[in-house]
Amino acid sequence: MSLCHFYPSLVIKFFRVCVCVCVELKMAASSERSPPPFPDSEEPELLEDSDEGADAFTGTSISEMDSPSPDSTRPPKDIFNEPPEDIFSDPLSNINSEPQKKVDAKIPSPSSDEAVDLFSDPLDDDSEVMSSPEVQNPMPDLLNEPVEAPKSDVLGEPPVHRDAARQQDVFEDPPKSSSKSSSVKKAASSEMFGDDDDDEDLFKEPPKVVTKKPQPSGPPVDVFTEVKSDVKVKPQVKDDPTDLFAEEALTAPAPKPSAGSSSSRTNGVHSEEQDLFSEATVELSLDSPRNDRKNKDAVKPSVSAPAAPVASSSSKAPSKTLKELEEEESEDKFDLNISITNPEKVGDGMNAYMAYKVSTQTSLTMFRSKTFTVRRRFSDFLGLFEKLSEKHSQNGYLIPPPPEKSILGMTKVKVGKEDPSSAEFVERRRAALERYLQRVVSHPSLLQDPDVREFLEKEELPRAVSTQALSGAGFLKMLNKATDAVSKMTIKMNEQDVWFDEKIQDVENEEQHLRKLHVMVESLVNHRKELSGNTAVFAKSVAMLGSSEDNTALSRALSQLAEVEDRIEQLHQEQASNDFFTFSELLADYIRLLGAVRGCFDQRMKAWQRWQDAENMLQKKREAEAKLLWANKPDKLQQAKDEITEWEAKVTQYEREFERISATVRKEVIRFDKEKARDFNRQVIKYLESLLHSQQQLIKYWDAFLPEAKAIV
Amino acid sequence: MTEGSSAEAELSVRVSSIRITDVTQDGDVLTFAIASQKLNSSAGVCVFRTYEDFDWLQQSLFSQENLPGLHGIIFPPLPSKALPSQSNTQTKALKQLGFLALGQAWQSYSKALEFYLQQVATHPTLCKCNALDSFLINSESPGRQRGRKGIFNRLSQAVEEMRKESHKDVDNFFQNERIKNTNLAALSKVATEKLLDVVMTEQKLALACGHFSTSLHLCVNQDDAAAVAFSKVCLKLSDIIEAVKRNFEKAGSSNLSTLGLGLDLESRYQEAEKEMLFRRTCKLIELETVKKSTEKAKANKREVMEAFQKAVEKEFSLISSVAKQEIERFHSSRVNVLKNFLIGWCEQQLNTAKEFAELYSQHLEACRNMYTE
Repeated sequence: MSLCHFYPSLVIKFFRVCVCVCVELKMAASSERSPPPFPDSEEPELLEDSDEGADAFTGTSISEMDSPSPDSTRPPKDIFNEPPEDIFSDPLSNINSEPQKKVDAKIPSPSSDEAVDLFSDPLDDDSEVMSSPEVQNPMPDLLNEPVEAPKSDVLGEPPVHRDAARQQDVFEDPPKSSSKSSSVKKAASSEMFGDDDDDEDLFKEPPKVVTKKPQPSGPPVDVFTEVKSDVKVKPQVKDDPTDLFAEEALTAPAPKPSAGSSSSRTNGVHSEEQDLFSEATVELSLDSPRNDRKNKDAVKPSVSAPAAPVASSSSKAPSKTLKELEEEESEDKFDLNISITNPEKVGDGMNAYMAYKVSTQTSLTMFRSKTFTVRRRFSDFLGLFEKLSEKHSQNGYLIPPPPEKSILGMTKVKVGKEDPSSAEFVERRRAALERYLQRVVSHPSLLQDPDVREFLEKEELPRAVSTQALSGAGFLKMLNKATDAVSKMTIKMNEQDVWFDEKIQDVENEEQHLRKLHVMVESLVNHRKELSGNTAVFAKSVAMLGSSEDNTALSRALSQLAEVEDRIEQLHQEQASNDFFTFSELLADYIRLLGAVRGCFDQRMKAWQRWQDAENMLQKKREAEAKLLWANKPDKLQQAKDEITEWEAKVTQYEREFERISATVRKEVIRFDKEKARDFNRQVIKYLESLLHSQQQLIKYWDAFLPEAKAIV
Repeated sequence: MTEGSSAEAELSVRVSSIRITDVTQDGDVLTFAIASQKLNSSAGVCVFRTYEDFDWLQQSLFSQENLPGLHGIIFPPLPSKALPSQSNTQTKALKQLGFLALGQAWQSYSKALEFYLQQVATHPTLCKCNALDSFLINSESPGRQRGRKGIFNRLSQAVEEMRKESHKDVDNFFQNERIKNTNLAALSKVATEKLLDVVMTEQKLALACGHFSTSLHLCVNQDDAAAVAFSKVCLKLSDIIEAVKRNFEKAGSSNLSTLGLGLDLESRYQEAEKEMLFRRTCKLIELETVKKSTEKAKANKREVMEAFQKAVEKEFSLISSVAKQEIERFHSSRVNVLKNFLIGWCEQQLNTAKEFAELYSQHLEACRNMYTE
């Protein structure tokens, strides 16, 4: 019963597996008609991985891919023997063994194509030798068990356990019905085929499928309709404007002419791929156009690379090119210098604001000229951040956070005329904004954003209003913290990715450390300032002492000393601001950035949650369908099925989204870490230079003073 | 400055050899080991003295009898008593002792005491006092039999001071000296306090650097390449901050041991001069009252009064002449002392700056290389 509503999805997944295999087969050139069966059963896993997460997961996926087909006598064993035992409870294992044997029996058979071709084979039989009942009979078996076996192992890692768990649920609920005998099972499966529209259509009334095609249905329909006719599929393929594989379908006509099962297979490939990737492109359209383009770039070469003889290598190719592209991007030293100068108070009273001159110097062709200058106010910077985070943060990009809005500081600037503290505030903010912009443009993806370009180039920007309500990063931080707490309470994400697990912990620790360091540096800076103040007072009192001294030489020496101390005070002051700008602000920046990193992790978590929710929903829908089946309410059944298909699509989509976001976040965090080390080193060097300068000045001062002291008689 | 080793000197040790070699703290009592060398042999003498012994010495100097013009002498200032157990409240100790409360294990305090002993021993009149010799040589602690509280009670002085300090002097030299002294005493005290603030801040900075440097070790993480790179930077920075810390420590301690002690001594000496001048002023006032009462006195008493006035006048002029010598001596010696402290200070600062400039440039080189690797 529950088997029934469960199987369609398995069928879908299995088809995807087939399709993946077929992609590779096609890659492997159509002439190679029947490759060894085992590699194929192995390949889907690889493709499954490389399709979506390859760019970041190359580390793992490549290694998997590197152990490809030819010598894989073991993998099939894994797929077909072990997992079932793991997954199914004891009573079920005997059932399992049955289909296993069948599968095994089929695999070595040289006449049949691939192990995974199980479906296309029967389907071909179906379409060609339509009416034979024996063919139909083995079908259920094949469809039922083997599907699960490969699926659980073949489809990406994360779903494995979950699926397995679900399967267990499925099998535990009606354990008797499924374990009693194969006849019961057959009954169930036949029931499935009887009730299931699609399958029914497929297996009993193939012509109908063609007519029914326009009906919005899941991948299986597509696959099967294409089995029927190539021509009908193609228009559909072309319909999709964003489809990358439309091109491919057209440019790779080679497989089509090949007759029989192979043609059905290749066609299946196209349609299925189209399905998979149309989803992908739907998601991509949410991304920046740039990202879209990137993906296209990345995918195209892989598609148009027919040279790759082995499927795995060709599947590796796209991931590689993608990575190369990114590397090129980061290595392609962006010649872009941004400086913020001339902070200027505009207006009077409480409506006053500071305007900054943003000067850009670049040789990048994406800009209209080599140098240009615009005037921007603080809220424009916040506005830029908001635009960027709206667009990119959901994809897991690390958006550098702008400096916090400071009501106190700004009010001082507004009210005070020439207050040293407000001057310090303005300078501090200017420097912070400069660093912020530099971080934004040094991000290869953000630089491509039209808003960034506009911010740098466009003379007048529409006034950013929304930022006034919320107080910049402070507000965001608060929000982040809130979501953090909530997600920690509600989302118990069982992290499967060790890297993320560790990194999240690392980031949290690091944030704490940086906070601690920040406190230390603050106290250091304060003490420096104190020292500078004390030195100034000391200099004054030495000067006084000198002026009331009778001994002329001593008096002279003392007033000289007062001067020296005055200069030293200046040095201390400079050093204090050096300490402040090199370390305190740096640390504050990185505390904010780490907050942004955590934001990225949260985005990933959200994506995961969405996926899990969809899975749960799908599960519910299936249960509902099962209930309807029992209650024998065929009128609502169709709706339930549609919903299931819809949710299945969503699950797939969300899962992909999650994997994509994981990849992006990972990439971003690695980039962040690299940048961080570089940035800190740069600052340390700067700091040392300032220290050295101070000491050299000191040497100069004391050298000049020493003869004065010696001249005292 | 006449050397204490002149022919008539009763001091049996070489002045320049007087050293406080060690301080031991037992509860509230600090015991100083005072080493010196005999004049006529190379044999060393080492005695142990507490602050009470020093105080006894000072009182004995104050209360020397049959020494004309005693009041005109500028007595080398004895640092006030250190209370080790109470000084855990550092602010209190600082207020009381200033620079002398700083430094490791009472080093600056014993330095100041050593300086005091040397000053007493080099003083042309005071070095002849028996008390000094027994203080330096007798292994028995002399301070047990409490000396009479001297004539110069600081407390009573403080009360009278207000009234008598502004008293117009008959002698312009002393009038000017008094004005200058008041001025300088105040200024040098302020300067000392300010320098003390600077040193304290330097110590705080050194402490803050130490915390910063140790905290940087927390950031060390060896997980992956980027983390290792970052850890390297952190460790390097930790080293650098550690160097900065040592720089502060060194600069602070040289401030303390040279100019700090010098200014402290200067300010205390100014106070001592002030006291001497005050004593003279007191004598002057006494003389004036005697003169007045002599004028008013009836004939039968007049002779007695006149004789008394003469005696007081004699005493006063003696004090004044001693005071004049003392002041001159003091001026030349303090300029010399200050000069030495200033030169020493400047040289130490110069060395520190050079040493750390060298160190920083090494670090800088290392840092630059680190990233090009």
